[in-house]
Amino acid sequence: MWTWFHRLGSPRWFYNISGRWLPWLSVAAAILIITGTVWALAFAPQDYQQGNSFRIIYIHVPSALLAQSCYMIMAVAGAIGLIWKMKLADMAAKSCASIGASFTLLALVTGAVWGKPTWGTWWVWDARLTSMLILFFLYLGIVALHSAISDRDQAAKATAVLALVGLVNIPIIKYSVEWWNTLHQPATFTLTEKPAMPAEMWVPLLIMVLGFYCFFTVVLIMRTRFEILVREWRTSWVKEILAKS
Amino acid sequence: MHPIRKQRLKIVLFILAGFGLAVGLALFALQENINLFYSPTQIVKGEAPQNTLIRAGGMVVEGSVKRDPQSLKVSFQITDYAETVDVEFDGILPDLFREGQGIVAQGRISGSGDLKAVEVLAKHDENYMPPEVTDALEQAGYGKDHYSKE
Repeated sequence: MWTWFHRLGSPRWFYNISGRWLPWLSVAAAILIITGTVWALAFAPQDYQQGNSFRIIYIHVPSALLAQSCYMIMAVAGAIGLIWKMKLADMAAKSCASIGASFTLLALVTGAVWGKPTWGTWWVWDARLTSMLILFFLYLGIVALHSAISDRDQAAKATAVLALVGLVNIPIIKYSVEWWNTLHQPATFTLTEKPAMPAEMWVPLLIMVLGFYCFFTVVLIMRTRFEILVREWRTSWVKEILAKS
Repeated sequence: MHPIRKQRLKIVLFILAGFGLAVGLALFALQENINLFYSPTQIVKGEAPQNTLIRAGGMVVEGSVKRDPQSLKVSFQITDYAETVDVEFDGILPDLFREGQGIVAQGRISGSGDLKAVEVLAKHDENYMPPEVTDALEQAGYGKDHYSKE
């Protein structure tokens, strides 16, 4: 039963199969993001209150979603590394940290740019914004902790524990707008109800979200492949690849 | 599953559950402090401290906005549909400020119970729609609430 799981943990197998996925994913990411951007900026209607400034939602929401998804992937990969001592999981977790930090920063910056014209302020210490800032610091802490420990396995272990401890922040971000009074509005999209936005607005947003997820997968795979080459350079199969290129 | 892995899995789950519980309890204890603003009901009940900077949030009451033609001074009322608080403000209002709109005002509560605001922020809701749709809805006699509650 566990054989597929252990095969997934083999860097060589992952390197080969991900090499086949990469071109498809990159093309999908490019098409989706370009289509989504053009649709969102040129064809989606204005908002009745916010006018054109609401269009930043098409960057803000996907990056905020990715920031949280990436953290969950990192924590799960860290847990797999802790429990099963799987090398590939450690590499994936390490690759997630800086990507997630970038998406969190993007979400914070676009949120500030959006907040100025609509709310009247760049920043306010409400629960949603603060918990998102904590997520950013968690990512930075994980990156810093990883580079502070020279032993690779020790670093993976320490960052995995930190990532798991920080996982408690994810539901706080998600429900902050429901549990407390915040300036940030509640979620427009829920799984149970229909979106509080007409289709001509949410279809481009959905395309952008899918595009961002494809882009994230491409970057994650590329970074993990790089990590595999760095760590496995002594093995014969990596030497073979390097000799060919 | 190997017994050592099973044990490690238990440790990981224990860390998650323990830390989650600790943070949950801390947030529950801090509940009041995490709220960004006081509601008009809380202010009328006297739950908000006087003479310190606080934030009050609510909907701007329709027809309550009075602008001083000589200066930037403006006064209006905010409500949570249970209680109403008077707000006075001297400054530039955000673009989204309008009657019926949610706002958050930072300021001090004076002796008479009204808020002397130093900053007014507009709060917008999670509903988005094209201007043509709102016009059509209004002509058909529906407010935007009708659309969002559907």
